[in-house]
Amino acid sequence: MLEIKDLHAGIEGKEILKGIDLKVNAGEVHAIMGPNGSGKSTLSKVIAGHPQYAVTQGRIDYEVNFKKINLVGMEPDLRAREGVFMAFQYPVEIPGIPSSVFLRAAFNAICRHQGAVEMDPIDFDKYLREKMKLLSMDENFIDRPVNVDFSGGEKKRNEILQMAVLNPRLAVLDETDSGLDIDSMKIVAEGVNKLRHPDNAIILITHYQRLLNYIQPDFVHIFYDGKIVKSEGKELALEVESRGYDWLIK
Amino acid sequence: MSDIAKQKDLEANKLASGEYRYGFHTDIEEDKPPRGLNEDTVRLISAKKKEPEWMLEWRLKAFRHWLKMHEPKWPNFEYGPIDYQDIFYYSAPKQKKPSPASLDEVDQELLKTFDRLGIPLGEQKRITGVAVDAVFDSVSVGTTHQSELAKYGVIFCSMSEAVIHHPDLVKKYLGTVVPYTDNFFASLNSAVFSDGSFCYIPKGVRCPLELSTYFRINAEDTGQFERTLVIAEDNSYVSYLEGCTAPMRDTNQLHAAVVELVALDHAEIKYSTVQNWYSGDKEGRGGIYNFVTKRGKCAGAHSRISWTQVEAGSAITWKYPSVILQGDNSVGKFYSVALTNNRMIADTGTKMIHIGKNTKSTIVSKGIASEHARNSYRGLVKILPTADGARNFSQCDSMLVGNNCSANTFPYIEVKNNTAVLEHEASTSKINAEQMFYLRSRGLDLEESVSLIINGFCKDVFKELPLEFSVEAVKLLEMKLEGSVG
Repeated sequence: MLEIKDLHAGIEGKEILKGIDLKVNAGEVHAIMGPNGSGKSTLSKVIAGHPQYAVTQGRIDYEVNFKKINLVGMEPDLRAREGVFMAFQYPVEIPGIPSSVFLRAAFNAICRHQGAVEMDPIDFDKYLREKMKLLSMDENFIDRPVNVDFSGGEKKRNEILQMAVLNPRLAVLDETDSGLDIDSMKIVAEGVNKLRHPDNAIILITHYQRLLNYIQPDFVHIFYDGKIVKSEGKELALEVESRGYDWLIK
Repeated sequence: MSDIAKQKDLEANKLASGEYRYGFHTDIEEDKPPRGLNEDTVRLISAKKKEPEWMLEWRLKAFRHWLKMHEPKWPNFEYGPIDYQDIFYYSAPKQKKPSPASLDEVDQELLKTFDRLGIPLGEQKRITGVAVDAVFDSVSVGTTHQSELAKYGVIFCSMSEAVIHHPDLVKKYLGTVVPYTDNFFASLNSAVFSDGSFCYIPKGVRCPLELSTYFRINAEDTGQFERTLVIAEDNSYVSYLEGCTAPMRDTNQLHAAVVELVALDHAEIKYSTVQNWYSGDKEGRGGIYNFVTKRGKCAGAHSRISWTQVEAGSAITWKYPSVILQGDNSVGKFYSVALTNNRMIADTGTKMIHIGKNTKSTIVSKGIASEHARNSYRGLVKILPTADGARNFSQCDSMLVGNNCSANTFPYIEVKNNTAVLEHEASTSKINAEQMFYLRSRGLDLEESVSLIINGFCKDVFKELPLEFSVEAVKLLEMKLEGSVG
């Protein structure tokens, strides 16, 4: 589904990713770990198409429904409509816009692109409430402006809710567990697990092995200085947890 | 607004591709006396309108006063000198039938013009629930729904008609809120005012229709000096709205209007404006100077006046719709969205003058500046010694789009009664790249993302507008901002 080849990227002339190769198949969950500043978040932003990050070399091939496209150079909204989703580490506030309005606009934008039928507000309300149950979200969420005055936990849960609503093929979760207490993390993890599907793939970026107790990855990759220094099965996360990163980078 | 509707609007906007849609000119023969201003000009305007002697006298007093005045120089901008002798003060389209008795007799060219502006006047195509007075340059070409309104005793006609048919009311109220000595542009208006609307809502009547006036400037180098007067008697209610457009021209044109509102005991007036005068080109050539005096008087106890404005056009907007809170327990509100792009300038806000006891005022101002535009909020909250228990809440937010525009806030507060409670909040923000990326990463395109952010920012104001106009307003802002973000 996703094949990243020799990806070099950076911000304001500074190279952060220095040759990433990564292959993700449908149905797989990949965890990306690594010390601060190793380029994990940069990878997620480059996949989603953040305009401040420039790709200097390499490609990001993305394949859905037998259609292969290179994401590099594509507008972020077009990537989203092709099924790429990123859960933000720091979700952004949009004052004055109720979450339901925002989500329906996004949902319908994707439907239009994919040739599906758009949903009217009544049907969408029903659909949204079902997804909210999945994440034990409060009823009043629907009318609250997007992320405004949300607690840290609510913001992260909202990201996963958006993922549930928009139903992406490839989801990149950027430190969705950071700042969550154990109960919120369980809810978020359960939500993610329910969204696992043989047709979808998930990339989990995390600092802590803790999340991986709840979401079992198929592969774990360790980032260091803009490169993947080790890729293995889920045991690697436990090893990192007990030994730290030093043994991997020497 | 539904998303499907929004999508349609977006598509419409794309077609228009940010161009000023109302910039066309109607080719019609004009009755246009020569340029320049002196007592004869004033007499001529008065004669054209077949005014009674008292009206002419009032105009002449205003003119003689104006001669002694100087153009004010205090705003937060400069503009090229206005040559008052180089302006046409009167321009009326020549119609085949000089004074049409009904809308059916109005010249086809004029009807077509208003059709094109989206204001159909013909019996079949009229907007339901809204009575329209259509003003073209210096004259009203017609007013719809008049007979229907008359059943309720509501008078809705052009100012010129009111002077002739309702002289007692005009004499009683004209100039009582904005005296002819008020300020330079108000005095000029008092001397040479052309058409505007006159609305009178009798005691206990809730006006069954929205009343509205559509102002169109068509003739070149012509000033427009509209004069509007709205009177709401005890326990009455009226919602009034106005819209304005003008052709695209390289030279500036002066629009110096005066609007007076009078609300008596327990009366309520809601006055909404969607202003979209031509704003000049990218380099700032041409456009309307929108120098307007708007003021309402809450004369009666428990009366309410609210101003809601969406200012999206004009090269320069310089206006402060205000409320004099004279009656005890009266309420004044001001909701404003001022959007400036290219090299547009806006210096706008309000004055809330608290005189009566327990008077309340609310000010919500949203300024949006993009490209090289400048946007200032200027407002005065004045609490007089008599205004025990007065309250004011002000919120002034500015949003900058890009790095070359600027926003300012000039809040003035004068409190002479220590029982008053005032609150003021202000913020300045930028449409930031992170917000845009967040929305776009969810599949919304550039225009949809901008429109969501702007809608959210202006929500508190848009919700005050009558529904159809709030949709119009959103469309207008989206169109104006197209291409300035990204």
